[in-house]
Amino acid sequence: MGLLSDPNRRKALTNLLTRLNAPICMVCYLAAIVWFMGLAFEPFTLRTYMSENAMGSTMVEERFSSGERALSLAKEFDAHKTKAGGMPVEWLVKAMQARGLEVFTQSFSRKLPFPDENKERYMVRGTNVYGILRAPRAPRTEALVITAPCSPGNSNNQAVGLLLALAQYFRNQIFWAKDIIFLVNEHDLIGMQAWLEGYHHTNITGMEYSPLQGRAGSIQAALSLELSSDVITSLDLILEGLNGQLPNLDLANLFYAFCQKLGVLCTIQGKLQRNDWDTAEGYTHAAQTMMLMVLKQACGRSWGDHGLFLRYHIEAASIRGINGFRHYKMDVATIGRLLEGMVRKLNNLLERLHQSYFFYLLPSLSRFVSIGYYMPAFGLLAVILLLRVSFPGLMLHVCFSVSLQPSGPGVLTVLTPVVISHLTGVALYLLPVHLQEMAVEHFPVSETEAVVLTAVAIYTAGLALPHNTQRLLSGEGTEQGWKVLKLTALLYLAVLLGCTALINFSLGFVLAVTLVPITASMTPHMPKALSALAMVLLSPAFTILYCVFIYQELIEAPVSVSEGWMLFLSVISQGILDHALYGSLVYPLLALFVYPCWLMFWNILFWS
Amino acid sequence: MAAPLTLLLIVAVTIRAVLFRSSLAELISERVEVVSPLNAWKRVVEGLALLDLGVSPYSGDVFHETPLMIYLFHFTVDYAEIVFMVSPYFVDCLSCFLAPLDRFRKQKYALESDRYPADCLELLRSPKEMFYIPLKVAMFYLLNPFTILSCVAKSTCGLNNAIIALFIFCTLKGSALLSGILLALATYQSIYPLTLFAPALLFFLQRLYIPVNLRRSSFWFFTLQYAFIYVGSLVVITGLSFFLLGSWDFIPSVYGFIFSVPDLTPNIGLFWYFFAEMFEHFRLFFICVFQINVFFYTIPLSIKLKEHPVFLIFMQIAIISIFKSYPTVGDVALYMAFLPAWSHLYRFLRNIFLVSCVLLACSALFPVLWHLWIYAGSANSNFYYAITLLFNFGQILLVSDYFYAYLRREHHLIHGLYLKKKDGTEATLVLK
Repeated sequence: MGLLSDPNRRKALTNLLTRLNAPICMVCYLAAIVWFMGLAFEPFTLRTYMSENAMGSTMVEERFSSGERALSLAKEFDAHKTKAGGMPVEWLVKAMQARGLEVFTQSFSRKLPFPDENKERYMVRGTNVYGILRAPRAPRTEALVITAPCSPGNSNNQAVGLLLALAQYFRNQIFWAKDIIFLVNEHDLIGMQAWLEGYHHTNITGMEYSPLQGRAGSIQAALSLELSSDVITSLDLILEGLNGQLPNLDLANLFYAFCQKLGVLCTIQGKLQRNDWDTAEGYTHAAQTMMLMVLKQACGRSWGDHGLFLRYHIEAASIRGINGFRHYKMDVATIGRLLEGMVRKLNNLLERLHQSYFFYLLPSLSRFVSIGYYMPAFGLLAVILLLRVSFPGLMLHVCFSVSLQPSGPGVLTVLTPVVISHLTGVALYLLPVHLQEMAVEHFPVSETEAVVLTAVAIYTAGLALPHNTQRLLSGEGTEQGWKVLKLTALLYLAVLLGCTALINFSLGFVLAVTLVPITASMTPHMPKALSALAMVLLSPAFTILYCVFIYQELIEAPVSVSEGWMLFLSVISQGILDHALYGSLVYPLLALFVYPCWLMFWNILFWS
Repeated sequence: MAAPLTLLLIVAVTIRAVLFRSSLAELISERVEVVSPLNAWKRVVEGLALLDLGVSPYSGDVFHETPLMIYLFHFTVDYAEIVFMVSPYFVDCLSCFLAPLDRFRKQKYALESDRYPADCLELLRSPKEMFYIPLKVAMFYLLNPFTILSCVAKSTCGLNNAIIALFIFCTLKGSALLSGILLALATYQSIYPLTLFAPALLFFLQRLYIPVNLRRSSFWFFTLQYAFIYVGSLVVITGLSFFLLGSWDFIPSVYGFIFSVPDLTPNIGLFWYFFAEMFEHFRLFFICVFQINVFFYTIPLSIKLKEHPVFLIFMQIAIISIFKSYPTVGDVALYMAFLPAWSHLYRFLRNIFLVSCVLLACSALFPVLWHLWIYAGSANSNFYYAITLLFNFGQILLVSDYFYAYLRREHHLIHGLYLKKKDGTEATLVLK
């Protein structure tokens, strides 16, 4: 309080901040980047450890051995799938019933707002089949879920085969304290969404589905299984869920522990772990793994079928079999043992997984960065905004007297750009989907292209707005006017990025890295053409474009510029679809808040 | 003046009407920041249903409104929206008070202007500035997002605010009888306005030119007279409640509920986390400590501000809304409506920017952290409470800043604006 109430010290502090404002901001920005990149350096990370007592100390012996049966079931499933031309519902029901499960089906249908060209679907109709293994040893108030998606083509058959073999094996064990639900869902995430909404009696996305006939207890954890070949060389763990939500770290620890125990190769982001952290290659490898996680988390979509469980407070992860590293081979029985071990440990849980971290980044499976370590990187970026706020804040009393004049010019000059930018944001959010029919009529494009191109067009049209804004104002924009606008915009951006980083750190950080430098230094007195170019290059849309290229680079599938552009367009359509289908929040966040906020700075640049 | 005020009213009504009809209304009425167990509309409906069934509304642990309130809604339940739409406008009466107040002040300054040093004239408010104050107060209250949220959620907090505003209005108009009755009504509603007794008394004493002197009989005479009005109407109101319900059930259910804080639903106050974490056998002690906070500051503040009862009212309302057991954003909005009335203090405020940033950021972070805690399950109550603490820190800083600015202005009014040290250099004031 001394600092706040002693005028001399306050003056010294403000003088210091004013004089050294630009250097401090620069140092903060560099420090943020260095800090963030340093997170992947092994000595700065923590070793993962099992926090949950119930899963740590209990011994489990895995005995699953019917790998051959799993494979033959997979072949049978494949044959019936081809015959039925989709999900072989009757066969599955019979197969599950033969293994002593209570079997139920759920049908669902969903009309997409516009055709999904990546997965070639528009009117989606499907059936989920699930069987419940009732727990013999407990009051059946809790449940675990194992799911395998029924994908088109001949992928994922092995997963369904293993699921059925596991069901048969689990049925003969007596130690289950939780119901186990074996779910085969059609149309990947859409089916999963229908099943979860049916299970929890909610309807948040306008899905049509038949109510579930049989239910088990409250779901504690879920594992999603994706296997596409008879021989697997390694297993990949996928954690990123909807809106960048992550399951409890203990679930990843559990997977890692069993991989170690059974000698199974495990990867995260498709990258094997390396032990040479002190070499440049070792560090680059860890940094790449972490960057991949950041990019995947930032885009806010669910990267596996597990992603939708997280919304319902259910810890879930996807396990994907990879057939790539030729030297190591393992059979389906080993994977079955791994799953058996994991499910049995989850079966021992006395309460929901909550001991370990929910906010983390993983540079490798055995190392993690917790929220306390990565938040300072974002904090340093946010400090820049606050420092820039306090800089024009020196003329704060002026601002306040201006803003307190009712219906004076001060409020209006700021209000007009703010309202207009937000209306543009609303247009960007609403129009692409609603105008697709009109666009298809007048231009030779497909619906999907129409939606994406409308979005791009509105985005670009928004850039032309400042001139219109100026005309709406009564007179010339004053010096004070842009300062007040900048103050508002900086505060707005700081609060917006702060809230985003809390919910989805990666998204907040990626946006902050690109938005902060240009917005913090924006004034109308800069050279117009140059700073306009810089602003456009650092706008939210270009951030997405860069992310696409960096992502492709990191997964070692670099693309040319034109391919990159096509990918960029499909990313936008996927973003809009994810919002409409599963309620992902990235698209509305960008369209309704980040883009208008950026437009406000664009407005300042052209303040005349 | 009338035209902008009408426009303001139309805008305010439109916003509320639109929100009432939108799907947001339901969402807002579930927010813990907006409604508390004391004033949630859902609970009023439950109480009404019980009353209609001929059961005491206080059986069960849901309903905590006062009996008069439930009878008010018993007759107006069909028009509830209208009642809630109208209630903020009583607060408009607040705005009217400033007109007489300022005239009073102007005369005072005109009389005493020769007493003040010449360079202080810029500290006095010009009549033009004062002319806009009622409009600003109305704007601050009616367009404050906190008030709008509170109104759309149909929180009965809006009605309590209206009663307090009417009380202030009557006090400033100089009607001791009405003021005492309304103060009793406000106390009956939520107990805490009890502390407004001191500033109201001081105001009347000042108005009647009675010095605050314990040895003067005129002082005691008026104090007893006002206290009698207050206590008398409190007894009448409580008795009326008893006769309406036929039992004293409401005393433990309303006032016991306020004092002993059994409901630890998270809110923007300081109580819930602390009492959820505490060992049970310390509970009584800490309840006393926490509740004393609201009442204790009355004494030092009344002594320090005995010449400035209107400012004292503002301080008291702010303290109540910070330290009460179930605060909501509606309470915060009430004292924020006063801020334009002290617009002449802006030049002396030191942390107003910091405070507004803190309050703004906290308002955005409340729903975010609530989402992370309750829906995503990834954060926990500590995150939410951290923001609650920060929000209250901001409020306390705001109030102390205004307090400091007020005192400093008074100091400058007497000693001149440009203070010199003994050696002739410019002096600075330090609050220690």
